[in-house]
Amino acid sequence: MIKRILTTGNEAIGHGAIYAGCRHFFGYPITPQNQCTEFFAREFPKMGGVFVQSESETASINMVYGAAAAGVRAMTSTASVGFSLMQEGISHIAMAELPCVVVNVQRGGPGMGTTQTAQMDYLQVTKGGGHGGYRNIVLAPASVQECFDFIQLAFYLADKYRNLVLALSDGIIAEMAESIELRTLEFDPLPEKDWALKGKAHKGGRRDFISCSNLLTRPTRDGLKVLGDKFHEIEANEVRYENYMTEDANFILVAYGSSARISKEAVDIARSEGFKVGLIRPITLWPFPYKPIRDLTHGKKFLVVEDGLEQMIEDVRCATEGKSEVYFLGGTARHLPGPGGMIFPDRVIEEVKKLI
Amino acid sequence: MKEEERGKIKVYGRPRLKKALPLMYCPGCHYGIITSLIAEVIEEMGIEGDTIGVSSVGCTFITTQYFDLDFIDSAHGRSPAVATGIKHAHFGKPIVFTIQGDGDLAAIGMGCIINAINRFEKITTIFLNNANYGTTGGQLAPTTLLGQKTTTTPDGRDPKTAGFPIHIAEFLSNLKGVAYSARCAVNTPANYNRAKKALKNAFQKQIDGVGYSIVEFLSACPGSWKLTASEAMKRIAEDMIPEYPLGEFKNVERII
Ligand code: SF4
Repeated sequence: MIKRILTTGNEAIGHGAIYAGCRHFFGYPITPQNQCTEFFAREFPKMGGVFVQSESETASINMVYGAAAAGVRAMTSTASVGFSLMQEGISHIAMAELPCVVVNVQRGGPGMGTTQTAQMDYLQVTKGGGHGGYRNIVLAPASVQECFDFIQLAFYLADKYRNLVLALSDGIIAEMAESIELRTLEFDPLPEKDWALKGKAHKGGRRDFISCSNLLTRPTRDGLKVLGDKFHEIEANEVRYENYMTEDANFILVAYGSSARISKEAVDIARSEGFKVGLIRPITLWPFPYKPIRDLTHGKKFLVVEDGLEQMIEDVRCATEGKSEVYFLGGTARHLPGPGGMIFPDRVIEEVKKLI
Repeated sequence: MKEEERGKIKVYGRPRLKKALPLMYCPGCHYGIITSLIAEVIEEMGIEGDTIGVSSVGCTFITTQYFDLDFIDSAHGRSPAVATGIKHAHFGKPIVFTIQGDGDLAAIGMGCIINAINRFEKITTIFLNNANYGTTGGQLAPTTLLGQKTTTTPDGRDPKTAGFPIHIAEFLSNLKGVAYSARCAVNTPANYNRAKKALKNAFQKQIDGVGYSIVEFLSACPGSWKLTASEAMKRIAEDMIPEYPLGEFKNVERII
């Protein structure tokens, strides 16, 4: 029997974690993801899981570092400001190659910005954020169902590549409620975590050492090769995106997360008015779907819709290689001047008509 | 002792859990002695199979290579949070210790350890106080003695501009979550033996689930003090111990 519930994006992350077999959550409160942290505080102890409220996001991510090193599925959740605090830990996780999941529910920035929704962390999440040029796999859910599904996918990818996987939500996706199907997703078998720290007695007396440094473990060049090869493998295998009515389109919207929902509606309305508009929605922001976008460039114009200032447009320009015009519609197109408001589909269509 | 038992009693030797690797520490550094002591204690307590160590940034990072134990290093100052993650990952079962220097624990990581204690984690922290930043060449640490010359206090630490030596073992003992806190040294055989007892107490508190345990070591750093090994020993006895008295500051059987 199909099990459906009505829930929010924030809580769907919690349900997804449970279905992924995660029982360890470490977090610190911050708006607009508090419902997510509170979900774990409420649900995990009931099922024998672990919820720890840390003193800072710096601590949360280091707890995740420890728990992941111990071989369990561990995660944390935060919002933009707190995500900045995690960069040090994330960089160390990249070096130690620890599989774990981090959720960033975006709010407006820079600085304390606003507690309300925005999409303003794109460059930070896709280009590193911390020092050292590492990569995190970034999944961008655009629905509550995807919040649920992508946490399962995130843990699978994290374990497959021994890499941090980030789910990039935003205030709209997090707080909206939709009906979702609770289902266990099937993935290929994963290797044993035979490197995990459990104490020697629990693995035949063998000692393991996990390091966030090359200094004592391997020559720097070997370390670079290990990480570089892995990042290239992910780029080759894990690009995910959705094409929506792009085949015959001469004008393509590019958007992720809540902006993709808005853009999809704009495509439907534009189509009903006879405009050949399509949408390409990057699902993995890293690895970015450069080739799928490049394949669409011939004779088309692009409009990036992103609820903030120009960020993802850099990757879209890179993908189009100067062969198409690329325009931008961002946070200044919101219907309200204050911290709230959003970019409505009508506003997207207005822009499309101006540019087409 | 019966004749046939002679030769069977270990009088001196490398602890089994300390790997036979060349020493990477500066000549006269106390880290080597303290590493041996920790290995000896874990071996004698028979807890090696369940013990996981967490090191930090600084010369404590080097200690990771000597222990025949599961080990992980971590970002500067964060090892109590990493230890928290490990301990909870296995639902409180493993015996987890952090080994941290004074920059790591008393400067950048002070908030981290205070909060780990205050969350009532059952972890053991071994704090190596050598009154300066050893690895980076001898800069001011929160633990630097007044008047002590470092590369960032070239005229000696002046409290007017650089503040005061911080007494970690006493300070942290004030927190409710601490079950055991002591300060030790390894500059004499008697102090070595006391330190061994303190370490055993500290691990036992964790095993018994009483609370957080801390053992601070006064540790000679001839490399960055720019002293000979024997001068460094003298500094421990004449300057360090008067400022940082040895002894137990907390030892309780129960917290809750
Ligand atoms: S710098 Fe100091 S603490 Fe580091 S190895 Fe040398 S003497 Fe030991």
